[in-house]
This record gives sequence, C-alpha cells and structure tokens, in this order.
Amino acid sequence: MKYIDGFRNPEAAAVLRRQIHALAGEVHLQRSGRALHIMEVCGTHTMAIGRYGIRTILPDTVSLLSGPGCPVCVTDSGYIDAAIALAERGLIICTFGDMVHVPGRRSTLAGCRSAGYDIRTCYSPLEALDIAKQHPEREVVFLGIGFETTIGPVISIVDQALKKQISNVSILTAFKRVIPALHALMGDPEIQIDAFLCPAHVSVVIGAAAYQGIVDTYHIPCVIAGFEPLDILYGIDGILRQWADRAFCVDNQYNRVVTDTGNPFIQALMQTYLQPADASWRGLGAISASGWDLKEEYARFDACRKFDLTLTAGQVPNGCRCGDVIKGKLAPRECLLFGTVCTPSNPVGPCMVSTEGSCAAAYRYG
Amino acid sequence: MCLGIPMQIAEVSDDGWGRVTLDSTGTRVNLSLINHPQPGDYVIVHAGFAIEKLDAQEADIRLGLFDELARSYADGG
Ligand code: SF4
Repeated sequence: MKYIDGFRNPEAAAVLRRQIHALAGEVHLQRSGRALHIMEVCGTHTMAIGRYGIRTILPDTVSLLSGPGCPVCVTDSGYIDAAIALAERGLIICTFGDMVHVPGRRSTLAGCRSAGYDIRTCYSPLEALDIAKQHPEREVVFLGIGFETTIGPVISIVDQALKKQISNVSILTAFKRVIPALHALMGDPEIQIDAFLCPAHVSVVIGAAAYQGIVDTYHIPCVIAGFEPLDILYGIDGILRQWADRAFCVDNQYNRVVTDTGNPFIQALMQTYLQPADASWRGLGAISASGWDLKEEYARFDACRKFDLTLTAGQVPNGCRCGDVIKGKLAPRECLLFGTVCTPSNPVGPCMVSTEGSCAAAYRYG
Repeated sequence: MCLGIPMQIAEVSDDGWGRVTLDSTGTRVNLSLINHPQPGDYVIVHAGFAIEKLDAQEADIRLGLFDELARSYADGG
C-alpha cells in the first residue's frame, strides 16, 4: 500500500538525516551547547522510533524522551485490582490484550483467567456488546482505558447499548486526556522538555489547534507527526527548524489525516456521554480534569457506580521505576531491574508489559 | 495502543458498518465515526472503527516531497 511503503523510503531518510545533523549543529551553537530534549508523547511513536532505529541516527545533541502516552503504562495498578475484584464476583471482563499481563496487587488478569474467571480479550470494544447480547443473564464489563483516540470506540458501547436496549454491559473507565498531562510535565521543574512530537491519532480527535495553548504558554514547538519513519524524521527536522528560527508554532505534519479542529463525530459522542474528571496517572499522580467520567444520567453504564466499587491507588512493585520512565526522567536501562529481573516474558511494571511501553521498546530494540 | 492502520473502504452497508481492505486482507469495521464514507476512501482504522479519512491529495503531496528528497540523494544532494 503506497500510503504505508511510500513513507519508508530509505534514500529520503538519508537526506533527512543529513538535514537534521546540519540543523542540530546550528541549534546546538545557538543554545550554547545545551542538548535539545524532544518528548515523543505517544507510545506508538516510541515503538516506531525503536523499530526503525531512529535514535541511532540522530546527533548526540538531540535526545528523544518517551512520554506518558502508553495508556496501559499510565493506568494506576489499583485499576487492575478493581478489574480483578469484578472478575471474582463472576462478571465477564472484556479488555484490550495488553492489559491482561499488568500486575495488580495480588495477580494479573491473565492469572485470574487461569484461575477460572471469565476474562476475554477484544480487538474492538463493540465485541463486549455482542458478548452481553449472548449472555443476557450475566454482567459484562469493558475495561475502558485509553486516550482520546480510543475513547470514541469505547463510548460507542454506551451509544449502541442505549439504541439496542442492552442493559447488562458497563465500562470501568480510566480515560485520559493528553493536553492536561503535557501541562503537568511542563510544570515539573525536574523535567526538561524543549519540544513535543505530538501524538498522531490523539490529534485526529482533538485537532491540531488543541496544542496552541502549549506553544503559547511554554514557547516550544509542537509538531504533529505520523507513525512512519519519514513522518517521524520530518517531524524532528521541523522541530529543529523552529528552534533554529526561534519561532515556535503548532506544525501539523500529519495533515493527511489530522485537521485543525479534529473529528466532530467523536467529539460529539464525548460531549453527550462524558464530563471532565480528575484522573490519577501512574508516575504523574493526580491531575485535575485530566480524565473523563460518564455523566450522571449514564451512571448505569459506569462499572464503579453500578457495582459500588471504589478505585484505590495501587502499589508500585518494589524497585520498579515506571513512574520516572513515563516522565522521561529515567531511561529504561537505568532501572536496576531492567533486563534482569524485569523482561517482557516476566514483566515487573506496565512499561515492560505493554507492547508500547518504553521499557519493552528499549528491551526489544536496544 | 493508538496505532491506526490506513485501509481502503471496499463496501459500505446501511447499518453504519463496512468492509475495508489492506493489500489482500479485508475486515469489517464500524464507519459511524467518519463523515460520509464512500467505497474507495482511505481511512485510519483503530479498535475496529474508522476514526478518520485519509486525505489522499495531502498524502500524495507529502509523498511527492519525499520522492524529491530521495532524488536529491541519488543526485548526491
Ligand atoms: S524495567 Fe521493569 S521494573 Fe524497571 S521501570 Fe521498566 S517496567 Fe518497571
């Protein structure tokens, strides 16, 4: 398919690499020798950067930090405990595959499944609705984690359930919003971020204009890039050009998919069913209005309210530094457990579990 | 998890669903979150839904730019 392969041309990549090195030299001089820290917010970028060896072709003066954009990684472990508690009450738990290996306090959802509880992995959230239809006598809970990209598909469960009058399905919500997390990162004096490589598919939903506040407040570039290697290199090139000119803006390099104002259909669904809520992030802690909850009139689709469950903050596994990895403060290899105690086949923290986690990317691609 | 694959719409049905293809593989996806889906449109597929159309014209402009870069490499540029 030309809209995939065309964005992987090695010769164009070689030219971009040269351009990046030249620009980086210029920027380095201007910044009196300080390295430039670019955070790629999204876990899918993290994986692509690892897979295509993009770090290895960048100059030493440009460093890429992985951000909080892996939904599994930022989900508090108390959430896993809550999901397990629901499974143990005999409910059917439907989830995206990555979640089943994340350790909670006592077990994982995979462990729970081996113990005989009903845990099902789904590719699309609407599969939970089909399962609910097939088992009208049982309650089905979908684990609704994710950023703006995934919220539309998940919230469609409620939309469809209302239309089809299905009442035995609900969502254990842990939705996250990207922009408040970027503000929280910028407000942390211990983290230095000089530019954001903005997430491709979150931007599909929220629109390019949503980053303007970050540019205006912190005077740094926000460049939206696709997930193919040339997209990422061109995005980095664009960030360096902004630094070279000292003129910062939102630059939508993924305009083949992302518009200025985002997807109105998904935004309308969110406005109908959700309201902003405080959310707790692994690593970043509680951030005000950084998540979404179902509105009161749809409380019967909220697993917490339906089953009278309180989410309590979970415990971080001993020695796991996921919190610092998510903030870009620590490289995965700097965690003492990396590669010895903690590996993809025996993960200690979510950053090693998720296929998009920074630790998993570092383990696979070095 | 925010991975989205560009695929092409092969069929649109009345119920908000349709079939999309990538090379030789096809799958059924929900098309209710995009504007006026038509056979032949490219879309980004995520979690069983088309979450946006891919603007082929913009994509072609970008591919043209990358082709030019590639040619400048061949020319020693
Ligand atoms: S290597 Fe493992 S233990 Fe260390 S931060 Fe990453 S996930 Fe946590």
